Amino acid sequence: MDNTRSILSVLVYPIQLLVSMPVDFVEDTYEMLISYTDLKKENAILKQKQLIDSIKLLKFAALENENIRLRSLLENSFKLGEQVLVAELLSVNLVPYEHVVVVNKGSRFGVYAKQPVLDGSGVVGQVIRSLPLSSEIMLITDPNHAIPVQVNRNGLRTIAIGSGQLDRLILPFLPNNADILPGDLLVTSGLGGTFPQGYPVAVVDNFTVQPNKPFANIYATPKAQLDRSRELLIVWTDSTPVPLTFPQPKTQTQTQTQTQTQTQTKTKTKTKTKTKTKTETETETETETETETSAENAAQ
Amino acid sequence: MQHNNQHNTQRYLVTLLLAMCLKILPLPVVLNYLNPDWVLLVLIYWTLATPERVGVFNALVIGILVDVLTGRLLGQHALIYALISYTCLKLHKRLRHYPVPQQALFIFLLLMFSQMMMFWIENIQAPVQLTVSFWVPVFTGTILWPLVYSGLRYFRIFGFHGRHD
Repeated sequence: MDNTRSILSVLVYPIQLLVSMPVDFVEDTYEMLISYTDLKKENAILKQKQLIDSIKLLKFAALENENIRLRSLLENSFKLGEQVLVAELLSVNLVPYEHVVVVNKGSRFGVYAKQPVLDGSGVVGQVIRSLPLSSEIMLITDPNHAIPVQVNRNGLRTIAIGSGQLDRLILPFLPNNADILPGDLLVTSGLGGTFPQGYPVAVVDNFTVQPNKPFANIYATPKAQLDRSRELLIVWTDSTPVPLTFPQPKTQTQTQTQTQTQTQTKTKTKTKTKTKTKTETETETETETETETSAENAAQ
Repeated sequence: MQHNNQHNTQRYLVTLLLAMCLKILPLPVVLNYLNPDWVLLVLIYWTLATPERVGVFNALVIGILVDVLTGRLLGQHALIYALISYTCLKLHKRLRHYPVPQQALFIFLLLMFSQMMMFWIENIQAPVQLTVSFWVPVFTGTILWPLVYSGLRYFRIFGFHGRHD
């Protein structure tokens, strides 16, 4: 059945491209018409931002190293970074009452169902169907979508459910005396197994106590720009944690193309300061990956 | 006659492609909820106009394509389109002689049936929250039927070239 759909989707994909084309064209022309001064201004801002971010990352690298070391002292396994693939949104609208979008990367690029999808500022949703040339992504605001989250301030865990509106999530399972305030950041708790832990999801913006009911009325606004971002990041998480206590054979890492693969097993020796974390399981998609992120960093 | 048939097939495919494009066209939120099932409207027109060529199997194939296009359960649209196409085939002689407003009333019934089946099938897969906006495409489809009917009729007879061909 899935095979049939894959084959037919190749037939149907040109229609989706055709519909998407005018919108893309308008945006491309708009980009072409941006003035030189605007570009210069934007460039300056981006450079500044990049500087700040790189300084932050410097600190994170040291912290992460320390974290790995401490966990290895506890003989605990540590989950390392993820890889991402940038996919572009197609401007098509499948059905009005669902928040499902189509992107231009599919199983040809190794995308599979249940993969988490992010954008620059937070969690966007998950892949629900990967077709050869495209894949369908359900946003976190879809009425059928639920995402396990925790409050970043105190670690309170709950589930955020989509409301059907692009700017609202519902938290229906928290009691009236729950320690949650407007302005609290919700991050993924990683409990469902689909989303990696620690990515920002939403900010609580409304907390109403309902004295006559068991649960409070809580709404949150998604961090991700669900109606604006055109580039989404599809994430590969390393679902098998790297064991830290016994060394891995070195030959495995040598066969891969990257020269900088840091041996995660050696972190006990605590000499590394410029460690580079990489998932090792997803090497076949390496050519497509543009950036690398680290699971633990985004939480801060 | 052969010539005419070829023309008809061409025009049929062009209108169908256009309808599929309109069905997934990204629109502002309000218009989005108004967007009717263009493919079904076009299919009904062609079934009524050329019942000897556009039949149930045809509707089935198009339904499966629409399923893939909109990411529904495979066969959902196919079943609905096939049932509606069968109804139209059975009644096409009568429907053709109706005045357009009366035809629109019948189209309303068909669209309502289609939307109810859609709701029923999706509810079997997973419980659906039903809002009033779910039914709006039925009404816009009915209102747009005279336009679709006359437009497609004109296109079927004269094609791209207009009346002076």
